[in-house]
Amino acid sequence: MIPKISFRNVSKSFPLKGGDFLALDRVDLDIADREFVTVVGPSGCGKSTLMSMAAGLTEPGTGDILLDGAPVAGPGPDRGVIFQQYALFPWLSVRKNVEFGLKLMNLPPDERKRRAEHAIELVGLSDFADALPKTLSGGMKQRCAIARAYAVDPQVLLMDEPFGALDALTRVQLQDQLLDTWSRERRTVMFITHDVDEAVYLANRVVVMAARPGRIHRVIDVDLPYPRTEEVRLSPEFSRIRNEVWHSVYHQAPAA
Amino acid sequence: MTAATVTEPSASPRRRRPRPGRTVVLNVAAVIAGLAVWTGLSVSGITGLTGPVEVVRRGAELIADGTLVTDVLASLRRVFTGFVLGTVLAIPVGFLMGWYATARALIEPYVQFFRTIPPLAIIPLAILLMGIGETPKVFVIFLAAFLSSVVSTFQGVLDVDRTLINAARVLGASDRTIFMKVVVPASTPFIIVGMRIGLGAAWGTLVAAELIAAQEGLGYRMQQAQLYYDLPTIFVGLISIGVLGLVMDRLLLLAERRLTGWQERR
Repeated sequence: MIPKISFRNVSKSFPLKGGDFLALDRVDLDIADREFVTVVGPSGCGKSTLMSMAAGLTEPGTGDILLDGAPVAGPGPDRGVIFQQYALFPWLSVRKNVEFGLKLMNLPPDERKRRAEHAIELVGLSDFADALPKTLSGGMKQRCAIARAYAVDPQVLLMDEPFGALDALTRVQLQDQLLDTWSRERRTVMFITHDVDEAVYLANRVVVMAARPGRIHRVIDVDLPYPRTEEVRLSPEFSRIRNEVWHSVYHQAPAA
Repeated sequence: MTAATVTEPSASPRRRRPRPGRTVVLNVAAVIAGLAVWTGLSVSGITGLTGPVEVVRRGAELIADGTLVTDVLASLRRVFTGFVLGTVLAIPVGFLMGWYATARALIEPYVQFFRTIPPLAIIPLAILLMGIGETPKVFVIFLAAFLSSVVSTFQGVLDVDRTLINAARVLGASDRTIFMKVVVPASTPFIIVGMRIGLGAAWGTLVAAELIAAQEGLGYRMQQAQLYYDLPTIFVGLISIGVLGLVMDRLLLLAERRLTGWQERR
């Protein structure tokens, strides 16, 4: 089966004073259709660059990034992106934000309304559909951003530390809500985070990256059943995987 | 997904907001005190300084014989023509400069250079090149308005949050859509600030522009009054200019509130 996304021997360097900085070194990674993959690693390991290249916002240096076997060329609505800073259009209401991508698809107005309504309901923001972003809490803003990404019906969701700016409690709630949304309408998810618990709780597979140069250190399978619940979060099996991921993030051998 | 909470737009803890009624009372008291000081000065000391009563009487005369209305209309027409032309040109030029590095590199030297020359210093040149009709007056006002709003528009475009542009791109927006639907609304607050500064500059240039052989206008009237040692008329002119400027600024402020109320205030 063709993987949904594949990174084939992808390297990327950025020019710096006094030589190039190698952000990513020969990364190979396949993500299967409807798989939930989290990418975790120390800062500077290139995890955001990896996602940005999959989104088509950053050009790969060398190597190929394939979507359904075809090379990625620029951004497109088949890949929804969720940013840490929410990136909602502050002058548009929740509904108008969600409709932004739908308008670009030239859907008939009825269909557009229906799909926006559905996406807003999916993230539980129906009561705030006409509110401006400035009146929403951080968690609600991010849910609105998730609805906006879901509305255009992308096959892939790329999430760049989406809950990084939220407090611990809200973060746990949003993790559950994301899994709930994802289990109802499954997409391929590539989720960047620096939070080991979050990485393990959400994923089918955790990709651990290393820095200087940015590269894949280990890939750890998470054999925990969905739906993930508090019970799962507190289970010994969860702790075991969490410890394993923790070790490979924080006790990496220096690069050869 | 349930359990939703809204954070109320919280009242800023740093500034205590005075009650509106109290503010108005204090404003009125300050104006009355000012008038009292003015009256006091004119009665007791400074030779030739007219008091408020005389100025009001003169104002009534000028209104009654239609002079004030004609002057105000003439001045407003000049300010508006210059201001509208200036901002209408400044907005696209500012967008060009903010959006295309090439345009910026070509235009910016001129903008920065002419910005350092007070528009009033252009007047001698404008008279020689454009004669003594309406053109040089409007031109100088236009220049003042244009130069102040162009910089702020272009700064606004430069400051548009990159993530908003990326968010639009990943939803499939073309460059054109990004410009119309993201860059334009995101820079509106800057444009309006630029317009307010531009209006101030236009208004500030008016009186001097009317020194150029005008037949009517507030600045011209004050010039004439100066020749005849007619202080009340000068005061009427000054007060009219102040009041009109204040009204126009408030109107733009109102527009600003309506158009950019979505901004998060920090």
